Amino acid sequence: MAAEKKLVGYLCTGCGISERLNVNQLQTIAVREGKIPEVKQHARLCAPDGVQMIADDIAAGATHLMLAGCSRRSKVEAFSFPNVAISRANLREGVIWARPNTPDNQETTQEMANDYVRMACAELRYLNIPSPSGEQKLNKNILVVGGGVTGMTAALETAAAGYPVHLVCDEAELGGVWKNLYKRVPFRAAASAVPNGYDVDLPQPEEPGITEMSAQVLANPLITVHFNAQLSKTSGAPGRFAADITNTAGATVTENFGAIIQASDFKEYDANQLPEFAYGKTPDVMTNFELERLAKAANGAPLKRPSDGKIVESVAFIQCAGQRSEQNGHLPYCSGFCCTESIKQALYFKAQNPDCDTTILFDDLRTPGAAGEDFYRCGQQEMVTFSKGKASAVVKNSAGLTVKFQDLILNEATELNCDLVVLATGQIPNNGPDPYAQLAVDEAETEEEKEAARIKLEVAPPSILNLDYRQGTDLPQLKHGFLDSHFICFPYETRRTGIYAAGPVRRPMDMKQAMDDAVGAAMKAIQAAESAANSAAVHPRVGDLSYPVFRKEGCTQCKRCTVECPFGAINEDENRYPVFNESRCRRCGTCMGACPVRVISFENYSIDSVNQQIKAVDIPDEFSEKPRILVLACENDAYPALDMAAQAGIETTPFARVVPVRCLGSVSLSWITDSLSSGYDGIVLMGCRRDEDYQCHFVRGSAIAAERLSKVGDTLTQLNLEPERIVVHEVAITDLERAPRLLNEMAQNIEKIGMSPFKF
Amino acid sequence: MGDMSKNYRLNFLKEVEANVEEGEWVKMCMQCGVCSGSCPLGKFWNHPPQEIFMMIRAGKREEVLTSNAMWMCTSCYNCIVRCPRELPITHIMHGLAHYAKRLGLIPQQQPTAKFAQLFWNNLSNKGRVNELKLGVKLYFMNGIGEGFKTSLKMKDIGMGMMKTKRMNPLEIVGGHGLEDIKGFQAMLKKAQELEDQRIATPRP
Ligand code: SF4
Ligand code: SF4
Ligand code: SF4
Ligand code: SF4
Repeated sequence: MAAEKKLVGYLCTGCGISERLNVNQLQTIAVREGKIPEVKQHARLCAPDGVQMIADDIAAGATHLMLAGCSRRSKVEAFSFPNVAISRANLREGVIWARPNTPDNQETTQEMANDYVRMACAELRYLNIPSPSGEQKLNKNILVVGGGVTGMTAALETAAAGYPVHLVCDEAELGGVWKNLYKRVPFRAAASAVPNGYDVDLPQPEEPGITEMSAQVLANPLITVHFNAQLSKTSGAPGRFAADITNTAGATVTENFGAIIQASDFKEYDANQLPEFAYGKTPDVMTNFELERLAKAANGAPLKRPSDGKIVESVAFIQCAGQRSEQNGHLPYCSGFCCTESIKQALYFKAQNPDCDTTILFDDLRTPGAAGEDFYRCGQQEMVTFSKGKASAVVKNSAGLTVKFQDLILNEATELNCDLVVLATGQIPNNGPDPYAQLAVDEAETEEEKEAARIKLEVAPPSILNLDYRQGTDLPQLKHGFLDSHFICFPYETRRTGIYAAGPVRRPMDMKQAMDDAVGAAMKAIQAAESAANSAAVHPRVGDLSYPVFRKEGCTQCKRCTVECPFGAINEDENRYPVFNESRCRRCGTCMGACPVRVISFENYSIDSVNQQIKAVDIPDEFSEKPRILVLACENDAYPALDMAAQAGIETTPFARVVPVRCLGSVSLSWITDSLSSGYDGIVLMGCRRDEDYQCHFVRGSAIAAERLSKVGDTLTQLNLEPERIVVHEVAITDLERAPRLLNEMAQNIEKIGMSPFKF
Repeated sequence: MGDMSKNYRLNFLKEVEANVEEGEWVKMCMQCGVCSGSCPLGKFWNHPPQEIFMMIRAGKREEVLTSNAMWMCTSCYNCIVRCPRELPITHIMHGLAHYAKRLGLIPQQQPTAKFAQLFWNNLSNKGRVNELKLGVKLYFMNGIGEGFKTSLKMKDIGMGMMKTKRMNPLEIVGGHGLEDIKGFQAMLKKAQELEDQRIATPRP
């Protein structure tokens, strides 16, 4: 880091800025109040000559740059200079685009711009240039946990990219839950030239390819397979994980890894919970998993019903058995693979005997994947009968079984007789114990909740990863025990940095999807290992070199940071001081916001860097009718939403001053109390959605901030201020209309309740 | 509920495939309901096309073959142009009607079935349609009283047709026909023979 700070300011006059604002006034403010000795104006700062001017200044020793012009989200590439600190005053999106161009608005618009320049100058003084910690070296080894199709694919893909793999398989052979497949659902759709018809070339069940895949894994020189083995301990962080791999004989080897992929696949649903379908009462009612094993054993010979060995001449498939139902013991979700699985299995019977009556009773036939719809047509073409029907019971009759059901097309209660019933049961994630289960017991508010949490803790499965993290042994879970951060926005990401979840353990899926998933997770794992070596952050602040710096002398060992870090990045040492694991850290700043004694900060983001911005704003007196609203906006969603609203010409109140924050989780209560006592009239916090379908990039940051802020009420009462002065909103990046409206509403409220009496 | 042993068995679907024109398509229906939603008349019949196809697959032989549905189809082709699976629905409906007639399962007093028979009798007689006779037969198909009522109601149209020479009152006696009526009859006989032969030979 440069010992001397050399500050330079740049004022872009392009994009209509000089037409709308008095730029000379801005320049004076930057120099006089912002204390930036040299401030240059440029007609188009992002143009090559503007960028060159900045580059030349850097070459001549400039270390800290204040860029006043467009939003920090614009022209990112033009203004990306290594090894300098940059602050940006948002004059374009933040001011001129957000305000109408009329003479009577001129004064407040200029005041906005003045403040944003003051804020950028104040922030700049408190920014340092982050440099790599060098805490990790490059470790290219990747650990894959799970020997199923997901794990094997992840291993092969990682190896194909040139990274060595250790694959830990808890059985004596590879294949996992997939090794009993007789055939697999086809991977490819029909050729595009195949028309509709009743006698056309459609995808058929395919050879599963598991043996070939296992052979490839075993033959790959970059892949080491540990059979009959489990992880007895995993410690460290991305770039320096250490895993103890223990086999059933008790022998342990320790290997070091850059990153980890958990591909522990799924467990079969226990159909004993479906007595209404006579499961367990007769062997002629079986699950889709059991039929697959039967078919594999028969290997093309006619399938016989288990009770008496009669060759099956009629079979009924009951879809969604124990799934998509809120009933106790049922799975509330759709397992997503069972519809195509049943079509495939029905075709086993048709292949032996085209006259075999095969009926699939479905509610919604869901056939994901490229081949899905064509495979459905294939089933129809082979005369599998598809009936939209809801089965209610299976009973034995003299000759076999009777399925009672409601035909939902013909709208009648009916039944059919058959030799065999197959229940399309679902996938249960093969996870470890929920690391927050104990916490849930401690934090439960009612006795009922406590009891439920306790039961969950008692029936928890054994650990898979055995992490020696302060925050539990395994990956955190989301809905229904699946490991994931976000289904759509951030697949594979988990709340344990450098450990990625792939396949049915993160959401139910079929074999093809599990393979696609494995490829994605492999790429993520490689990126994590490489980033760790550069001391750079991974998702979402990819490449960020800053990390939490902590002043140990001031720490009171309150443990808030350790508990609140959504990513389990912080351990504790023997004296109960926090130990930060830089490469586990996502740089969200939640720990910084949590610390009551404010000893945690980042080089380029700290309590001070925000506090100084808050203080830099000029607060007009109580009688000016110009309130000031502090807006702390999440940089991932709320801030872009405000920018885009301005771009779309949606007006925002001229009294708001917006400070982007990494995450609402990083908001320190000191910012709130300080701004209230320095005369702000209202405070709006804008974070992301925080329920089960959260959109917070840091998973829990927004939720944690909301919890913390629920306690701000006391401060307000102490200061004798109205509670309406502080609001927390969940804002999505798409809320273009709503985000400015929320700020305007705050301005209206202040008009009603009056200005803050705390102005100096 | 009656006999359930044939429920959801393939027997009837196979019978339809073997005997009904375009019957092989029935299994490909995905029950989307677009045909039923598109049919301008379906809601007046006892079973719209989608339901008929499901009933075939559910083994409801009696109910399908005695239904009035396929007799009521007006061949508007709405369903065909809309079916995402491109089933020739209209043709299947007519194929079912034809098969039901062969089996003598036409619903009692089914007006379109009756008219179809009258039309055929009229046409096959002399190789030309005798409008006057066909009209009279049609009006009086349900008895004398109703016949007079309908005739009175339609008299303006009848007069108009006569005026414009679209209908000749003398047609009531004899009427026009083909020159070679004998040859025409022989052709029909041969066609019937071929059709009988086709029906008797099971399809592969
Ligand atoms: S910045 Fe976020 S991820 Fe890093 S230690 Fe703090 S709370 Fe954990
Ligand atoms: S929150 Fe602050 S005081 Fe508490 S343990 Fe962490 S660093 Fe120490
Ligand atoms: S539109 Fe076609 S596929 Fe849909 S229900 Fe009718 S016949 Fe079946
Ligand atoms: S062709 Fe027949 S079945 Fe099809 S929409 Fe028209 S009337 Fe209905």
